[in-house]
Amino acid sequence: MDWMFFGEISLAGLAMGGLYALIALGFVIIYKATRVINFAIGEIMMFAAYLFLAFAGGMEMSAWIALPLAVLGGSILGGVIEKTMIRPMLGESPISVVMVTIGIASILVGLVEFIWTADPQLLPSFLPREPVFIGDLYLAPKIAYGFLIGAAVLIVYLLYFRFSRGGVALRATASDQAAAYSMGINVRRVFNMAWVFGSLAASLAGVLVAATGGLSPQFGIIGLSVLVVVIVGGLDSILGALIAGVFIGWLETVAGAYFGGEYRMPATFLVLAVILVIRPYGLFGTHEIERV
Amino acid sequence: MRIGDAKQTYEADEAIWTTSTQKFWFGLFLLFLLVFPFMADSYLLYLGCLVGIAVISTTGLNILTGFTGLISLGQAGFMGVGAYTVAWLSVNTGLPFPVTLLLAGFMAAAVGILVGLPSLRVKGLYLAIATLAAGVFLHFIFAEWESVTGGMGGLSLEPAHLFGWSFQSDFMMYFVIVPLAVLMVLAAANVFRTRIGRAFIAIRDRDISAEILGIDLLRYKLMSFALSSFYAGIAGGLFAYFYRVVTPESFPLSMSIFYLAAVIVGGMGNLLGGILGAAFMTLVPEALKLLTSALTPFYPNAPVFMSPMLEIIFGALIVGFLIFEPHGLAEIWHRIRRFFHLWPFRN
Repeated sequence: MDWMFFGEISLAGLAMGGLYALIALGFVIIYKATRVINFAIGEIMMFAAYLFLAFAGGMEMSAWIALPLAVLGGSILGGVIEKTMIRPMLGESPISVVMVTIGIASILVGLVEFIWTADPQLLPSFLPREPVFIGDLYLAPKIAYGFLIGAAVLIVYLLYFRFSRGGVALRATASDQAAAYSMGINVRRVFNMAWVFGSLAASLAGVLVAATGGLSPQFGIIGLSVLVVVIVGGLDSILGALIAGVFIGWLETVAGAYFGGEYRMPATFLVLAVILVIRPYGLFGTHEIERV
Repeated sequence: MRIGDAKQTYEADEAIWTTSTQKFWFGLFLLFLLVFPFMADSYLLYLGCLVGIAVISTTGLNILTGFTGLISLGQAGFMGVGAYTVAWLSVNTGLPFPVTLLLAGFMAAAVGILVGLPSLRVKGLYLAIATLAAGVFLHFIFAEWESVTGGMGGLSLEPAHLFGWSFQSDFMMYFVIVPLAVLMVLAAANVFRTRIGRAFIAIRDRDISAEILGIDLLRYKLMSFALSSFYAGIAGGLFAYFYRVVTPESFPLSMSIFYLAAVIVGGMGNLLGGILGAAFMTLVPEALKLLTSALTPFYPNAPVFMSPMLEIIFGALIVGFLIFEPHGLAEIWHRIRRFFHLWPFRN
C-alpha cells in the first residue's frame, strides 16, 4: 500500500469533511430549533453558489465582495422559505413537512435552470493557488483554503451558540418549546433565525464546494451526503455533525479514490444503514422515548 | 339529494360500493376504459398506458405510506427490481409474460421485506432515509452487476408474448396494463376490508396502541412492505414490457419522489386519491409539453424553458397541495360529489 497516496487522499477527504461538517451544522441548527428535516439544503447551497457566480462572474465584482453577498442571499432565501412555506406547515406531520422541503428543492432547481441554464459552470477562482504542503503531503489549494474558511466560520458558530443571547434562545427552544415561550423567548423569531443561520452556513459551504468541484443544477445531490452525515451523527447533535461530517467526507473521498467514483455513495450509505440498525438515533443524538 | 343513507349491517358498511349510483358510474367508467383504445390516437394510448403503470405503483406506495404510515423513498428501486426480473427472465428463459410479471412481483416483495426489516426499529423519517439507502444500493446493483443487469447499458427485451400473440403495440399493451391496474386497485380496496388492512390502518394511527391491541407490528409492517413492493414490482415489470429497455437510469431517486408526490397530491390513505394523483402527475408534464409546442411558433425559446418550468411546477404542486389542500385531489373530488348530493342545499 502506498502510504503517501493514502495520506494525501485522506487529507483531501478530511478537508472536504470539514465542509460537510459546516453544512451539517446548518442542517442541525434548523432541525434542533424547528424539527424540520431540510431536504432542500443542497439546493440552498446551490442557489448561493449561483448567486456568487452571478456577482463575481456576471457583474465582475471582486470575489471578496461577491462571497458575502452570495451568502447573504442564501440566508435571506432560507428566511423567506421559512416564513412563506414552512410556517404554514406548523403542527403537520413530519412527512408532510419533509415533502414541502422536497418540493422547494425542485422549485429551486427549476429556477436555477431557468436563470442560468442547465449547463455546468465554473466559478471564477478566488482562492490562492500556491500548492499547500502539510509535511510531505500535497493538498489542493482550493480544498485547503476552503477548509480553513469553513473551519473559521464553524468556530464562530459554536462560540455564538454557546455564549450569545440568540444562541441561548435557540438552545432553550430546542430543549423545551413551551418553557421557552413562557420565559419570554420569541419562538417564532428563533425559528426564522434558525433557518437564516442554517442557510448561511450552507450557503458559505455551497460557494466553497462549488469553487473546488464546479457547479450545475445537479449540485444539490450533495444534500444526500449531508443527510448521511446528520443521521450518522445524530439529527440534533452539533458535536455529532462535526465528527460525522469529517468522517463521512474522508470515507467518501477514500472510497472514491480506491474503488472509483461509483462507490462513493454506496460506501457512505452502507455506514448509514449500519448506524440505523445498531443506533437508530445516531452516534450522539438524543434517544426519544415515546409514550402513547 | 340523497338521504337516509343509514347502514344496518356490517356488510353494508364495509361494501366498496354503497349505492347503486356508484355501481352505475363505475360500470360506465369500465365501459369507457374498454372503448377508449378503439377511439384514441396513438399518443392518447401511450398516455393511457403510462397512467395505468403509474396507478399500480402509486396504489402500492399508498398501501405502505398512506395506509400503514411507513414513508418510503425506495419505490423506484422496487420497480427496478421488478423491471430487471422481467427483463432477465424474458432474455434468458422466454417464459410467457403472466409468469414473468408474477415473478417480478414476488421478487420485488422479497426485496421489500428485506428493506422493511429495520422498520420495527426505526420509524418515521429515519425509515424514509433507510429506504432511501435501499434505493441507492439497488441502483448501485443495477449499474454494477453486469453479468445479470447488463451494467449501464441495461437490458433490452422482446415484446411480451402469450398464445402466439405479441404485445408489441401500445394498443396491445393497453389491454395488459389497464385491466391489471383495475384489478390491482380493486384488490387493494378489498385488503382494507380484512383484518390485515385494518391492522395496517391501526399501525398508521398509532403503532404503540396497535401493538397493545394485539397486532404483531413486525409481521404486519413487513406484510405492508411486501404488498407495496409487489405492486411496485408488477408496475416495474409492465414498465419493462412497455419500453422494452431497462437501464439503471430508468429508476432514479426522482422517480421515488414522483410517486410519493403522486400519493400526496392525490390524497394519502385514499385509494381514489392514489388514482387521481397518479393520473394528474403523469398528465401535467404532458400538458406542459402540449402548451410548449403550441407556444413555440410565437416564442421560439419556449422548448428551452420547458424542463425548468416542469421542475418548478412539480415542486409548486407538492408545496401548494400540502399547504392549501392537505387531503389532496380526493378531497376536491368529495367536495364536488357532496355538492351534487346535497343540491339544492348548501353543503
